[in-house]
Amino acid sequence: MTVFSFAFYLFAVITVTAGLMVTLSRNPVHSVLWLILAFLSTSGLFVLLGAEFVAMLLVIVYVGAVAVLFLFVVMMLDIDFAALKGEMARAMPLGLLIGVVLLMQVAIGVGVWQVADGSQGLRQAVAPSEIENTRALGMLLYDKYFLLFQLAGLILLVAMIGAILLTLRHRKDIKRQNVLAQMWRDPAKAMELKDVKPGQGL
Amino acid sequence: MTSADFQTLLPEIVLAVYAMLALIAAVYSGKDKLAAMLVWATAGLFVALALYIGASGEGERTVFSGLFTDDPFARFAKVTILLSAAAVLVMSQDYMTRRELLRFEYPILITLAVVGMMVMVSAADLITLYMGLELQSLSLYVVAAMRRDSARSSEAGLKYFVLGALSSGLLLYGASLTYGYAGTTQFAGILTTLGDSVPLGLLFGLVFMLAGLAFKVSAAPFHMWTPDVYEGSPTPVTAFFATAPKVAAMGLIARLVQDAFGGIPGQWGQVLAGLAVASMFLGAVAAIGQRDIKRLMAYSSIAHMGYALIGLCVGTAYGVQATLIYMAIYVTMNIGTFAFILSMERDGRPVSDIAGLNQFAKKEPWKALAMLVLLFSLAGVPPMVGFFGKFYVLKAAVDAGWVWLAVAGAVASVIGAFYYLRIVYFMYFGAEQEPVDSRMAPVQWAMLAVVSLAMVLGVVNLFGIEPAAAVAAEALVR
Repeated sequence: MTVFSFAFYLFAVITVTAGLMVTLSRNPVHSVLWLILAFLSTSGLFVLLGAEFVAMLLVIVYVGAVAVLFLFVVMMLDIDFAALKGEMARAMPLGLLIGVVLLMQVAIGVGVWQVADGSQGLRQAVAPSEIENTRALGMLLYDKYFLLFQLAGLILLVAMIGAILLTLRHRKDIKRQNVLAQMWRDPAKAMELKDVKPGQGL
Repeated sequence: MTSADFQTLLPEIVLAVYAMLALIAAVYSGKDKLAAMLVWATAGLFVALALYIGASGEGERTVFSGLFTDDPFARFAKVTILLSAAAVLVMSQDYMTRRELLRFEYPILITLAVVGMMVMVSAADLITLYMGLELQSLSLYVVAAMRRDSARSSEAGLKYFVLGALSSGLLLYGASLTYGYAGTTQFAGILTTLGDSVPLGLLFGLVFMLAGLAFKVSAAPFHMWTPDVYEGSPTPVTAFFATAPKVAAMGLIARLVQDAFGGIPGQWGQVLAGLAVASMFLGAVAAIGQRDIKRLMAYSSIAHMGYALIGLCVGTAYGVQATLIYMAIYVTMNIGTFAFILSMERDGRPVSDIAGLNQFAKKEPWKALAMLVLLFSLAGVPPMVGFFGKFYVLKAAVDAGWVWLAVAGAVASVIGAFYYLRIVYFMYFGAEQEPVDSRMAPVQWAMLAVVSLAMVLGVVNLFGIEPAAAVAAEALVR
């Protein structure tokens, strides 16, 4: 067994096991931690494929940001997972049936799978060859697929506008801090000293 | 990327930049105080761009390394989308201001949705198709849920979002299967890899993609979201849903089946025919029991999508031309009808129950007459323009040898006529009661009057859209 195939089987087994544990573990926090392990070992698989940029992206974006966000959400939200599981048990038979049917359909589709003549050439024609894949991705993203990149930006803008429009509430019945008013406040005018003689009112 | 690329994309770029500038301007200055002005400015920009696209564009260009195409078909669809979006925007301003619904994000989201639609009808690649579709859909999910204090509006937005996400999943799965077979995402490339025999995997992909797109045009059996979303959304948003997005999604289906799968018309023809028959009959039968006019219009739009799909499934240039004419007429009729629905109110609150229209003709004879013309047109009663839309698609079906489909269309249209005519019956001969008020802004009045006049006068030459649609269809079907 070469080092390469040893590494492949190591990462592959860890990925599958971790994936299984994500769904099986009872504690949702543990699920997220298993998910992080699955991401990490998947990035190892990507390195073996020679896709080092995607591997790093997986670690930075998925492990570093997405999974940590998951962890926060799982810990912050007070969800009764046991009750959810109870709900799921009721719908399970039907879900399993549909799942099996879908799986069989996909199996039929994959079983007779065939590709068009020359599709392999078309597949490879997209990416510029003979340069390392980080640069190749950059060429695709910022040159060939520039339009799609910008459209994706617009979609994210819509997501941002939507999130603000649907959640931001301007409450008028509360007091707000007015920073400028505080800074421009003049102590000399804010307070007036009176010398009150004993026995007399103002 | 060359300047020719950007030149071709100019309308989309202008709209996107406008949306961003308007967003910044509104956030940093008056916020919702600017909203009414933004609505009118946006509508003005839409009309200007429609004129620009209609006047300047010529020939066919595929730019951005085969991702985006500009041809007469795309231009016809874009002009229809822009003009209908502008009409809905100006109609909705008064309604939304009075109900305190008008937020400055509304015209901006509509603008971005329109950018998405314009990309959809110009897509020459599966990825462009998906990007345009998502840009449009995401904007629409947000505007559907815009009325936060109403549970129904939130429900509509959520339902639309979840089912829309499901349909996007189906579409993506189909697209990935197609890519797996063809090895390319470009429509032109997919077309060249198609042989005489179609493997099962590619067929899976094709059917999944058509199912995903059928969700977007709300063709039966993928229509379940339509009535609830139409009823729950604010009425101006419903009016928007019923017009421009339908044109864009229909254009996208036409482009996908012709540009990418033009070599195997027998495979998608039967799928689209099945969708068409199911939509026409479901739309006609299910609408009969409706008491809410917005729900009724939802079923009406399902039925109309069925007729439009007839033109696509026959696969001929004449069929595509018929679909384009049908969509243009459908959009026009819906603008007029919704101009009226927007004005329905009782004690200053918007209502949408059909029973409220009893004896409406006695109170407002002119509006009732305009609605009579529009409803006759929607039902396809000659000599209104709506009849010619149906006539074209049925003729296309007969010419291409799909006689049974044309017969089914004619039968469904007779069934469907019942519920349109029932509203007319209520307006003129309904039970004695106090009908709803109809408080119209001048714009809504103008839209209603112009559209209903167009439904009568258009029989002369359909305002010249026929040759334009023919050129567009010729460009698509080769």
